[in-house]
Amino acid sequence: MRFSDSFESRFTSMLGHYPTKRSVLVPTLLYMQDELGYLTDEAIRDIAQRLELTELEVRNVISYYSMLTTRPRGKYNVQVCRNISCMLCGADDVIAHLKKRLGIAHKGTTADGMFSFEEVECIGACSWAPAMQVNYDFHEKLTPENAEKVLDEYRRKGSQ
Amino acid sequence: MPDVNITVDGKKLAVPAGTLLIEACKSVGIEVPSFCYYPGLSLQGACRMCLVKIEKMPKLQTACTTVVTEGMVVSTEIDEVRQARKAMLELLLANHPLDCPVCDAGGECELQDMTFSYGAAESKLIDIKNHKDEQQWSPVVYFDRPRCIMCYRCVRICGEGMDVWALGTANRGSAQLIMPNHSDYLECEECGMCIDICPVGALTSGAYRYKTRPWEMKHVGTVCTHCADGCKTTLGVRRSPTGMQIVRGDNRDKSGINGDFLCIKGRYAFDFASHDHRIQQPLIRREGRHVPASYDQAYEHIALRLKEIREQHGGHAIGVIGSTRTSNEESYLLQKFARLLLGTNNIDHHRTADFPSFAGALARKKDATASMRDVFNAPAILLIGNDPTEQHPLLAWQIRNNVRLHRARLYVVNSSPIKLRRQAASFTQIPAGSEPQLAAFLAGDDSAANALASGEITREALAALRDKLRGEPNLIIIFGSELRGSSIDSLVRFGAAISGAKFVCLGDYANSRGAADMGLYPDLLPGYVPVGSGARFHEEWGAPVPTEPGMNLLQMVDAAKAGRLKALYIVGANPVARYNLDPFALSKTFIVAHDMFLTETALLAEVILPAANAYEKSGTFTNTCGDLQLLKKAGDITTVKSDFEMLLRVADRLGFDLRQLVPFRQAERADLGQSRGAQSGEADRHAIWLEAHGLEPKLSPFDPIAMLDEIQRLVPGYDVSRVELLAGNDQHTSIEAGVASSIASQPELILPANDTLFTSGTLGRYSRTLNSVIENPRRAPADKADREVVV
Amino acid sequence: MADLVSHPDEVKVVSRRFGQGAANLDRYLELDGYKAVQKALSIGPDAVINEMKASNLRGRGGAGFPTGMKWSFVPKQAPKPKYVLCNGDESEPGTCKDRLILEHDPHSVIEGVVVAGIAVGSHTGYIYIRGEYRYLSEIMQKALADAYARGFLGKNIFGSGYDFDVYWHGGAGAYEVGEESALMESLEGKRGVPRIRPPFPAVVGLWGGPTVINNVETLASVPHIMLGGGEWYASLGTPKNGGTRLFCLSGHVAKPGVYELPLGYNLKKMIFEVGGGIRDGNKLKAVTPGGSSTPVLKADECDVGMDFDQLMKAGSMLGSGGVVVLDDTTCMVKYLQRIMMFYQHESCGWCIPCREGTDWLKKTLNRFHAGGGVEKDIGNIQYLAENMLGRTFCPLGDAAAMPAISIVKKYRNEFEDHLNGRPCPLEAKALEAVPA
Repeated sequence: MRFSDSFESRFTSMLGHYPTKRSVLVPTLLYMQDELGYLTDEAIRDIAQRLELTELEVRNVISYYSMLTTRPRGKYNVQVCRNISCMLCGADDVIAHLKKRLGIAHKGTTADGMFSFEEVECIGACSWAPAMQVNYDFHEKLTPENAEKVLDEYRRKGSQ
Repeated sequence: MPDVNITVDGKKLAVPAGTLLIEACKSVGIEVPSFCYYPGLSLQGACRMCLVKIEKMPKLQTACTTVVTEGMVVSTEIDEVRQARKAMLELLLANHPLDCPVCDAGGECELQDMTFSYGAAESKLIDIKNHKDEQQWSPVVYFDRPRCIMCYRCVRICGEGMDVWALGTANRGSAQLIMPNHSDYLECEECGMCIDICPVGALTSGAYRYKTRPWEMKHVGTVCTHCADGCKTTLGVRRSPTGMQIVRGDNRDKSGINGDFLCIKGRYAFDFASHDHRIQQPLIRREGRHVPASYDQAYEHIALRLKEIREQHGGHAIGVIGSTRTSNEESYLLQKFARLLLGTNNIDHHRTADFPSFAGALARKKDATASMRDVFNAPAILLIGNDPTEQHPLLAWQIRNNVRLHRARLYVVNSSPIKLRRQAASFTQIPAGSEPQLAAFLAGDDSAANALASGEITREALAALRDKLRGEPNLIIIFGSELRGSSIDSLVRFGAAISGAKFVCLGDYANSRGAADMGLYPDLLPGYVPVGSGARFHEEWGAPVPTEPGMNLLQMVDAAKAGRLKALYIVGANPVARYNLDPFALSKTFIVAHDMFLTETALLAEVILPAANAYEKSGTFTNTCGDLQLLKKAGDITTVKSDFEMLLRVADRLGFDLRQLVPFRQAERADLGQSRGAQSGEADRHAIWLEAHGLEPKLSPFDPIAMLDEIQRLVPGYDVSRVELLAGNDQHTSIEAGVASSIASQPELILPANDTLFTSGTLGRYSRTLNSVIENPRRAPADKADREVVV
Repeated sequence: MADLVSHPDEVKVVSRRFGQGAANLDRYLELDGYKAVQKALSIGPDAVINEMKASNLRGRGGAGFPTGMKWSFVPKQAPKPKYVLCNGDESEPGTCKDRLILEHDPHSVIEGVVVAGIAVGSHTGYIYIRGEYRYLSEIMQKALADAYARGFLGKNIFGSGYDFDVYWHGGAGAYEVGEESALMESLEGKRGVPRIRPPFPAVVGLWGGPTVINNVETLASVPHIMLGGGEWYASLGTPKNGGTRLFCLSGHVAKPGVYELPLGYNLKKMIFEVGGGIRDGNKLKAVTPGGSSTPVLKADECDVGMDFDQLMKAGSMLGSGGVVVLDDTTCMVKYLQRIMMFYQHESCGWCIPCREGTDWLKKTLNRFHAGGGVEKDIGNIQYLAENMLGRTFCPLGDAAAMPAISIVKKYRNEFEDHLNGRPCPLEAKALEAVPA
């Protein structure tokens, strides 16, 4: 498979950073996923070949890390932290509200493919709780209302 | 290094430095429970069952990962440790389905045993258990996640032990599970090691699941009847309407030369024995059709025709073809039957290796052959030709694990990039067919390198390899049937210069080596004694035998075609298929066949006797290394008989004195205990002693041990400990013929079986298991054969 | 991106350059950047380690092992290459300090890695940053590229003849990878399952070579110790607890944020003065003083100095510096349930007690909080946690067990209030099932 030039150049240079090829696996899988939306069978075969691993080894690694997925997701993956600090500051309300507005449950995807929703564990925003990440972007000090506005903004961006 | 002194539960002991605490405890009989620890596999520390108290350490420590240190004081039976074990089992059972009443492992489950020994009677759980449906991964492997305790033994035995790496661990936390290499199915060697090593019923076998309960079976440890490696397989048998049916093969008894190992054939391919097409009564061809007959009718018919032919045309008009899967006793009896009774040296078998040349080359060399156990312990191994992973799975296991556990150096020379190259310190690929040149080169003929060198394999590289090998004392040299005749001489000459070097010559079937050792050759008596020099046999047998070499297999077929050979007596062989013979060449010949199935050869027979297979009889097998092992009768079909018995019945009908064939009642001096007083038990003890010393009275001619008596007396190299043999242990025979240097071998008659992991000559065609797995590229189930079966 | 706060009691060492654009290399150099590396090169490994020992710096990841001692365990001669590994897999609930360091002062981390490398004779370092922190990975990759461009990394750094490479590495979502041996597995491209110890990473680590593993904050402190001296750094804190640390105040405080305070700073003061007290005029109920894994302190136990030893004496731990403050509206059953859901989700599954224990506890607490609790559950939660403690393959099992034991012990009455189908008295919505 051919990925973007920046992926390929990063992959090539990273191979030189370690004494073993497979060391690049975890970050590379995440970058692959960023380009494909999820880790397809073809991508798994591809990385296995590149790193001289079995597909089983690759799948075993993928299934270990919570950010990696082999199932398609929406364009924007909304990940609301549900851990203690966020919970204490009202994450439950944010979660309930967003689920209702999006009409999907934990790990669901909207019919238009725009959003996926996920409750996640601590994302390191405890002092600015409650927080969420949409793809990789942090949104902090959420309330049900401002969280919804954030999603509206993504929806607008995504439909352009 | 000096021993390390430790104290366990107040017992002082000294163990070698580097010993794991769990093993140290075991050495003094203190059991430290564990699931994930398994000797010979990598350490995990995962099950936490082996937690013990070590003084000066705040937390309990895992005995399986702790190496003993001087002065260590350990407690394994204090309350804290007991409580830890109990809690661990409670935690383990939290998500365990406790479906023991229907679980295959019920009754032989380590989790049951541990819970019984260390667990709690009370259940604290009131929440719902996690569930996941059972999966079928292959025709032979099923996975039931809820039963799995995550000990990772299966993952390790498959990867580390088998070098297959077909199993992995997926997900994490309580969702963690064992995953096969195609996510929901397996593509592997289907060896079933993962099932055998599973301490619970998480991995179960398609061949056995839900068939029976372990306590309803009798467990018989015998020798596998497939390849020539001689693994011990434990057959679980159960009463059936027709006798005793084999319902399971496994490796619970790890005393065999195979240790933990069994391949798909040893574990599952016993199913040919209960195949529907099995011939269950004698058949006689009348008006072109095989019709059932009584044994009496069959014996009478055979005796009549053989007597007729012998009287009219002489013994040389009769030929005999023996089997690579009958016992040593049967092969020995068969050649005696041919030579003594039929008066012919026309006897042969399907040769898969040049054992006569091997014997000749080793003449007068002591301890020059390696046993299967030696292969696991040798410091260095040279493998020329063959592909043991496919053709000698146990040998491959021994080599692989010797490299892994003992850091043996493996040198592989092959025309193909065989899988064992992955363990090899050096892999040399040579052109196909150039193995003889390699032997010559090793023996010092530098000009032979011309045929070998190509690409990366330079003359210098070859010379370096030879130098390296010369510096490997106690090297084991293993070679396939690519080397025959004088090439074997060359190789042995090369090995003679290496101190302690030993050899293994690879033949293909379960008792190929035995067939050769027992003299199923037109020119060789048992022990590779030329027919012209068989004085000791004449003496023992009390009658002269023909001294001129007879016809070999192909010559017999030619003679039959020409009408010179009138009768062919075939025991457990299918030369028509193996040698691709024209069936019409044998149309004028009177053929008797002992067989289990209507093979291409049996179809041509006038009389077919229904034969028992190796799982249904007693006797001995010799594996390709020369390890002699006891066959124990496991399965039984009441209407079939052993070849041994049927041969004797035919001999009897021919009017022959059976005492001349089988030395029964020859050790009658035996004292049955009458003279030893009346104490009960004395007679029994005495009988055991007698049996152990091979002096037991043989009151029946059908007792194969009577034949073994004679074999041990007359066949060079077979004089091994009878006590050990009868106890079920392998005994290494030697092949130091001492006389055989003049053997003229006939290398052209050697036809390798070329079986894979999933084929096994005729037997394989009748094994549903072998034909059901996707990995078998030559799937050819006998049921699909377009053939009408009359029986 | 995250807001910065400040308070007069703060002693800014690690946070000195926060908000000053120090991610820019030129700006960093203006702020004494890369002087520590040059100093380390000039004084040599033994002197560096002595400075570190004198500083009484203890690991900021959670376990609090003395850093200088850790470095000194690395053998001088080793047959395999030695490595420095920076643990930026910050994931302990309540902890968000490394994020600020990586955002505002990435070069200080790089510098810390290089100094550690000089100290132990390594030539390669890795900075592992959790996958969720993508923007920080980008900042770090840029910082590394800039440092290489100036010759601060690579061959012959600062013309010293010493070669040192530092590479970025990224995770993909796993709390367990914060455990040092699991971190190495992850970096080697494997599942983040911890390794059997001993051998410890200082002897057998990455690819079998001796490896020093330190937290981001620990390494970011190193350059300051190099420049200010070990004694100076030690003097900022309490005996055996040198320096300052970043405390992440979160939960029900009026002014949450990351504050740099000297070790030994009083917890009560931290909450009521630095953190502005409890929000909405509520009362303090409990504090998790060092990330979700540390035993909770009741309100009346909070008059304690925040260092490793004093908190240990108080029955808790300083942990990762995540101070989570709970007011009297908090249901402790729900709080524990939330913690247990986290550990159940993050358990790697390798060993029985952690895999099964967290799962069992989570199920029980889910049921319990939803009103399905029975009397024996309370004892059972304690029993399971006590039997996990100290018996798991790695500290994750302890991390799950410690809060459970402390909460059941200190708030047993709240558990009793949930019995017999009674809804959570503190939360009207308690009967709403919490997602699994």
